[in-house]
Amino acid sequence: MNVAKANLLMLLLAIACALGVVSSQHKARKLFVELQKEQEIARQMEVEWGQLQLEQSTWAIPTRVEKIASRQLQMQQPKSEKIQFVRLDKTGN
Amino acid sequence: MNFASNVRTTGQVELPKWRARVLYVLLMLVLFLLLIRAVYLQVIHTGFLQQEGVARYGRVVDISAHRGKITDRNGEALALSTPVKSVWAIPADVEITAKQIGQVAQLAGLSAVEVKGKLTDTSRDFVYIKRQLPPEQANKILELGVPGVALRHEYRRYYPSGEVTSHILGFTDVDDNGQEGLEYAWQAQLGGKNGSQRVIMDRRGHIVEDEGSVKVPKPGKDMVLSLDNKIQFAAYREIKNAVEQHHAKNGSIVVLDAKSGEVLAMANWPSYNPNNREKPGLSVMRNLAVTDVFEPGSTMKPFTVASALEAGKIRQNTVIDTHGGVFKVGGRTIHDTHPEKSLSISGVIQKSSNVGAAKIALLMPPKTFWQSLSDSGFGEATGIKFPGESTGKLRDYQSWRPIEQATMSYGNGISVNLLQLARAYTVFANNGELKPITMLKQEVPTLGATVYSAATVQAVRDMMELVVKPGGTAPLAQIVGYRVAGKTGTSHKLENGRYVDKYVASFVGLAPASNPRLIVAVMLNEPSGKEYYGGQVAAPAFSNVMGAALRQLNVPNDAPLNNVLQPPKEIIREDA
Repeated sequence: MNVAKANLLMLLLAIACALGVVSSQHKARKLFVELQKEQEIARQMEVEWGQLQLEQSTWAIPTRVEKIASRQLQMQQPKSEKIQFVRLDKTGN
Repeated sequence: MNFASNVRTTGQVELPKWRARVLYVLLMLVLFLLLIRAVYLQVIHTGFLQQEGVARYGRVVDISAHRGKITDRNGEALALSTPVKSVWAIPADVEITAKQIGQVAQLAGLSAVEVKGKLTDTSRDFVYIKRQLPPEQANKILELGVPGVALRHEYRRYYPSGEVTSHILGFTDVDDNGQEGLEYAWQAQLGGKNGSQRVIMDRRGHIVEDEGSVKVPKPGKDMVLSLDNKIQFAAYREIKNAVEQHHAKNGSIVVLDAKSGEVLAMANWPSYNPNNREKPGLSVMRNLAVTDVFEPGSTMKPFTVASALEAGKIRQNTVIDTHGGVFKVGGRTIHDTHPEKSLSISGVIQKSSNVGAAKIALLMPPKTFWQSLSDSGFGEATGIKFPGESTGKLRDYQSWRPIEQATMSYGNGISVNLLQLARAYTVFANNGELKPITMLKQEVPTLGATVYSAATVQAVRDMMELVVKPGGTAPLAQIVGYRVAGKTGTSHKLENGRYVDKYVASFVGLAPASNPRLIVAVMLNEPSGKEYYGGQVAAPAFSNVMGAALRQLNVPNDAPLNNVLQPPKEIIREDA
C-alpha cells in the first residue's frame, strides 16, 4: 500500500513539473518577444542616429558655415596681426 | 446428437478457450504493428520528420550588417551608411490599376511609362522599380497594397563633405562595396558581413524563440582618419582657387603633420561629388597627389645640399663658383636665369641656382647622392597603400652619367608624386628623421629612420628660410606671425621624351621654422596664365593653407606679427 502511495505522489510531482516546464517556456517566449521589440526599437534608433549624424555633418560643412558667417552674419576672419596667443606658463596657471 | 452431456451441472456457461486466444493474438498483433510503426517513425524515419517539423515553424532570418563609418580625426563623419529601401516586383504577380501606376511613379520619382514598362516586362522574374529610396517613401509605395510588389532593406553611403574629400575616400557601388580610394583599399575592414539566425516563428510571423545564430553578423569597422576636416576644407578651397586663377590643368595640396607623419589634408582640383551616382571620367576621379608623378624641379635642391653637407663635401660657408650662370657638363649646358659669379650654399637655395646645385651634386660619388635620395623615400612607395599609387622613379646610380647626376640635383630626371615629396620633407622637420606616413589617426608617436644629422638639417632649414625672404624665390609664401622654411620648384614637362614649354609649379614648406609642426606641399600642373613660377602660383596657396592650418591647430607664433616683409616688385625667378 505504501508503494502505491509513493507512486501516486511521484506521478503528481511529475505532472506538476511538466506544467512548470510548459509555463516557463511560455514565459520565456513572451519575454523573448518583448526583447525582440526592444531590439527593433534599438535598431530604429540606430537608423535615426545615423540619419541625424548625416544631417548634422551636412549642416556643418565648412562651405556652408563660411557662407553664412560671411554673408548673413557679416563676420570676417580676424587678420593674423590681430590674433594674440595667450600662453599658459609651465605651472599650469 | 446429445448436446446435454456437454452442459455442466454448475450452471455456468464456459466459452470455448480458443476465442480468448484469438482475441489475445489479435490484440498482440495490433500492438506489434503499432510498435513497428513507432520504431519506423521514431528511429528509421526520424531525421526526415524532424526536418519537416522544423520547416513548419523554424526559420533562418538574415541579420544585416552595416558598413563602417569613416570619420576625421575629430570624429566628424566623412562617410556614413544609412538604411534605405529598394522597391522590387515580380512582374508576373503584379496586378495594378492605372491609377496605382501613377501613384507608384510619383512616389518613386519615375514617369508612369517607365513604371509600366518595368511591371509589364513578364520576361523577367524580378525587377527593381526603384533602388534606394528613403524608408518613409518606400513604405508609402508598399501601403498602396499592390500584389507582387515588395521592399528590400539596403544601405546607402553618404558623403557629407562631398567633393572636398572625394579623392581620398572614393565611393562605393550600389551594393555598398568600395570602388575607389580608401573605400576600396579598406573594403575588408569597412565592409560588414551579413549574419543569419535560426528562430522559431508563430503563424503570424512573429519570432517567438531564438535557437541560436547560424552566422554571427559582422558589422564593418569604423575608421578614424588622420584628416582634419577644417584643414582639408582650407586645402580644397585654396587649390581650387589657385587652379582657376592660374588656368592650370589641375593641382594638388598635401598637408602633413611633421611630427607624426599623419596626412592632415590631401585635396585636388578638379573634383567631383561622390554622392551622385553618375561619375565623371577617370582623369577627374584620380587622387592626383598620389597617382600622378611629375619631375619635382628645384624642390629637390635642399636634398642635394643636405647630402653634400652630410658627406662632408661642402661646409655651410663654402662658396660655389657659378661661372656667371653657365656650366657645361658632358656636352650640355646648364643655365641660371639670375646669373651670379659665385654663390654661397644658402644663396644656391635662396636664388634656386641650377649651376650651383649641379656643381654641388658632382662633388659627391653617385652612390652617396643616390643613397641619401633613396633614404629620403624617393623611388619607393609612401606606405599609405592607396590604390593606384605611382611611386615615381629614382634610377639606379650605376647607370648615371655625370650630366644626369647634375640635372638630378635640381630635380630633372627623377619623378615623384606630391605625397612622396611632402613625406621626404619630414627629414627637415624632425632632425633628419624620415617619418612613415599614414592616413589613420595615430595615438602614439611614430619612429622613422634617420637620414641626416641634426646639424645638417638645421643648416638646410636656415637656408630654406631665406627662400621666403625678399631676395628669395618665394616671398609670397610668408605667413604673418610664423617663420616659414620652404623651397619652390618649377619644371618643364616631358612629352614624348622632350621637354616642352609646359610647366609644373610647386612649393613645399615647413612652419613654424623654429620647430616645424606642419608640412604643406602644393603642386599646379600646367599653369597657363601669365605667371607659372612656383614662387608666383604655388607659394600664395601654400601661405593661405599653412596659415589657416596653423591657426586651426592653435600653434603659437614664433615670429613677431610684423614679420612679413614686402616683396620687391620683381620676384626672383628660378630656372625651370
